[in-house]
Amino acid sequence: MLYPITTIHYVILSAALLLIGTVGFLTRRNIVIILMSIELILNAVNINLVAFSERFQAMEGQIFAIFVIAVAVAEAAVGLGILIALFRNRETVASDEIDLLKW
Amino acid sequence: MNFLDAIWLIPLFPLFGAVLMFLIGRRLDPQPERSPEALEPELAEAMGEDAGQEHGHHPRFAPTRRLISWICPGTVLVSLLFSIGAVVQLAGLAEKAHQVILYTWLAGLPFHMGDGAVGRFAADLGFLLDPLSGVMILVVTFVGFFIHVYSIGYMGHETGYYRFFGYLNLFVFFMLTLVLANNYALLFVGWEGVGLCSYLLIGFYFHRKSASDAGIKAFVVNRIGDAAFILGIFMIFALTGTVRFLDVNQALHGLSAETAGFGVLSLTALLLFVGATGKSAQIPLYVWLPDAMEGPTPVSALIHAATMVTAGVYMVARSNALYSLAPETMAVVATIGALTAIFAASIAFAQNDIKRVLAYSTVSQLGYMFLAAGVGAYWVAIFHLFTHAFFKALLFLGSGSVIHAMGGEQDMRKMGGLKDKIPTTFWTMAVASLAIAGIPGFAGFFSKDEILWQAWSSPYGSKALWAVGTVTALMTAFYMWRLMYMTFWGECRADEHTKAHIHESPPVMTVPLTVLAAGSVLAGWLGVPKAWAFLPGSFHAFEHWLEPVWVAAAHEAGQGAHEAALEWALMGLSVLLAVAGILIARYLYVQRPELPDRIAEASGPLYPALLNKWYVDEIYNFLFVDGLAKGGGRVLGRFDQAIVDGGVNGAGWMTRFASAVSGWWDTWIVDGTVRLIAFAVKMISYPVRFLQTGFVQQYAAVILAGMAVALGYYLIK
Repeated sequence: MLYPITTIHYVILSAALLLIGTVGFLTRRNIVIILMSIELILNAVNINLVAFSERFQAMEGQIFAIFVIAVAVAEAAVGLGILIALFRNRETVASDEIDLLKW
Repeated sequence: MNFLDAIWLIPLFPLFGAVLMFLIGRRLDPQPERSPEALEPELAEAMGEDAGQEHGHHPRFAPTRRLISWICPGTVLVSLLFSIGAVVQLAGLAEKAHQVILYTWLAGLPFHMGDGAVGRFAADLGFLLDPLSGVMILVVTFVGFFIHVYSIGYMGHETGYYRFFGYLNLFVFFMLTLVLANNYALLFVGWEGVGLCSYLLIGFYFHRKSASDAGIKAFVVNRIGDAAFILGIFMIFALTGTVRFLDVNQALHGLSAETAGFGVLSLTALLLFVGATGKSAQIPLYVWLPDAMEGPTPVSALIHAATMVTAGVYMVARSNALYSLAPETMAVVATIGALTAIFAASIAFAQNDIKRVLAYSTVSQLGYMFLAAGVGAYWVAIFHLFTHAFFKALLFLGSGSVIHAMGGEQDMRKMGGLKDKIPTTFWTMAVASLAIAGIPGFAGFFSKDEILWQAWSSPYGSKALWAVGTVTALMTAFYMWRLMYMTFWGECRADEHTKAHIHESPPVMTVPLTVLAAGSVLAGWLGVPKAWAFLPGSFHAFEHWLEPVWVAAAHEAGQGAHEAALEWALMGLSVLLAVAGILIARYLYVQRPELPDRIAEASGPLYPALLNKWYVDEIYNFLFVDGLAKGGGRVLGRFDQAIVDGGVNGAGWMTRFASAVSGWWDTWIVDGTVRLIAFAVKMISYPVRFLQTGFVQQYAAVILAGMAVALGYYLIK
């Protein structure tokens, strides 16, 4: 028995991805994983946008999703670049060992 | 040709000569190169000798030097010709005064006058030719020309020839400016200018310390008189609102004489007279003139005998309108003149330097002139100035010729017996000595006798003034003939080397002597005594010529009462005394030459006092140089240390104190406030700082929590 995939399914998937991304962001120590968690969060947003674009038959959501993908690429490139520079200096990618900007 | 309108040219000719000398003189007369070794013996030789007259080995001079000998006396000759032309044309005028005003030289300075009105000070570059300045320019250019000619010979062996003539020409320029000026301000310019030239020429042998000292002394002493003189000029301006002679006379015309007491007119006249005592070497400012003999002898003749020193007499005569209103000051003038005459004559008794005797004689004769001016007989003062210019210039030039012959020796004790060796010098000097002694027929007799007569008979005169003048006449005859006898009679006391070289001066020197000797005889015949009624009126020409210059009161005073019998008697007495003076000198210095030393020994402290000039220089040194100048310097030094430095130090201390206070304020109040604020911020921010942990994930968690709260709020609502 085949159930049609409705908007609610996309929203549930999106919420799940958001939750996974958020928990990953807050709990993992490796910054590479944290960046990957951010990608998850962004993709959760993208799924939401595309799903509601389909639901309301409006193109704006899909266009916006492409924008988000472009920004995510840029963010990933910059973030990884910073991460490599940081690693060269501190020889670590653990976020709890990088706490220079405190009181 | 109209010489009257060209009188402004008269001073310019010598100025031209002077400028020429200063610009190109050095090229016409190249100075010998001097190495320090070559200078040494010359310095040694110059010490204590007059002109450094070295005979035998003259330095070789450039032939162009001869040009200087033509140019400089030439300019004075041109001035002389113009002066003669101008005076001749002046004689033809109905009103005997001619003013040429070129332009206003000082203008428009507002000035509070005596009566409170505001005057505008103005002085012209203007020239006034009247009988008085006419006489003066003739004397200056005539005597000046012959002294220039004489200098060609006298200075012939000297270095600095062009410099000498340049200064001499410059002097003639200033002297002519002085006497031709039509106002007191321009007169003062000439007055200072001749003082400058006097200084330059006294110090002509500047490598000799005594000469440069004498120059400085002359300058400084003259400054004292000049300060008073310039105050007098300001007073005149404040009183009359003008400094032009003719206008001053006009303004003073209506005023009545200050017979009641010493008033503002008397003060003005006295200030002018103090100026005159400086320039004309009267007590108390005469001390510079004897020292001025350090200059070359022609300078002594021209500046310090014939012309410059008579400027004071000229100025007093020029101001006769003022003096006639101030009888008290006239009494001062007459008294100072008489005292100076007898005082200087007494010093001349004991001097052994031939030029110093003549210097004191000049001071004494100037005293006579002031005596005449002081008793109101201005024309007699000018008359004596006129005759004195001839015979005193002649005496100086003669003494220069003697010094020349003696190879630079000035001490009369080392002369003697020169009568036959230098006959022209002897004869001309004898004429001048007879003239100054007052032997009838020679110029000095007429003027001196008139002075004595006026001192007796003038309403301002007195028997005491006459007595002082008459005794001075005796003394004059004595010291002049002491000079003559010591120099020309007896045995020659010079050493063998000098004796062998004694020679008469060249014609360029003896011709001026002869001309001046003629003047020393003839000049007097222009003003014969009134008692000589048998002579025609032209023998009184001098008095009539000057008449237009005097204001009525001054003219009357100069007339005196004329009692022929009395005049003859007084004349006889003065002639008797003059002859007596000559005979005493002859007895003491020719017949009994050992006597003067014995008299000197027997006189106790008198002779040393005379020899040392009454210690006046020492007293002045003690009182003014050491006392006033150095003592005053010490007082001023204390003042400087205590008050001026104290003020500066005090101001410094105050600044330091103020800055210390200001610094304390800055540190504690201003900085304190800033620090307090910073500290407060730091304290307040202290608990908040701990939020900043540096862990990125904590921040993210806080953001999440915040979002949850915000979202929860909407959901619950």
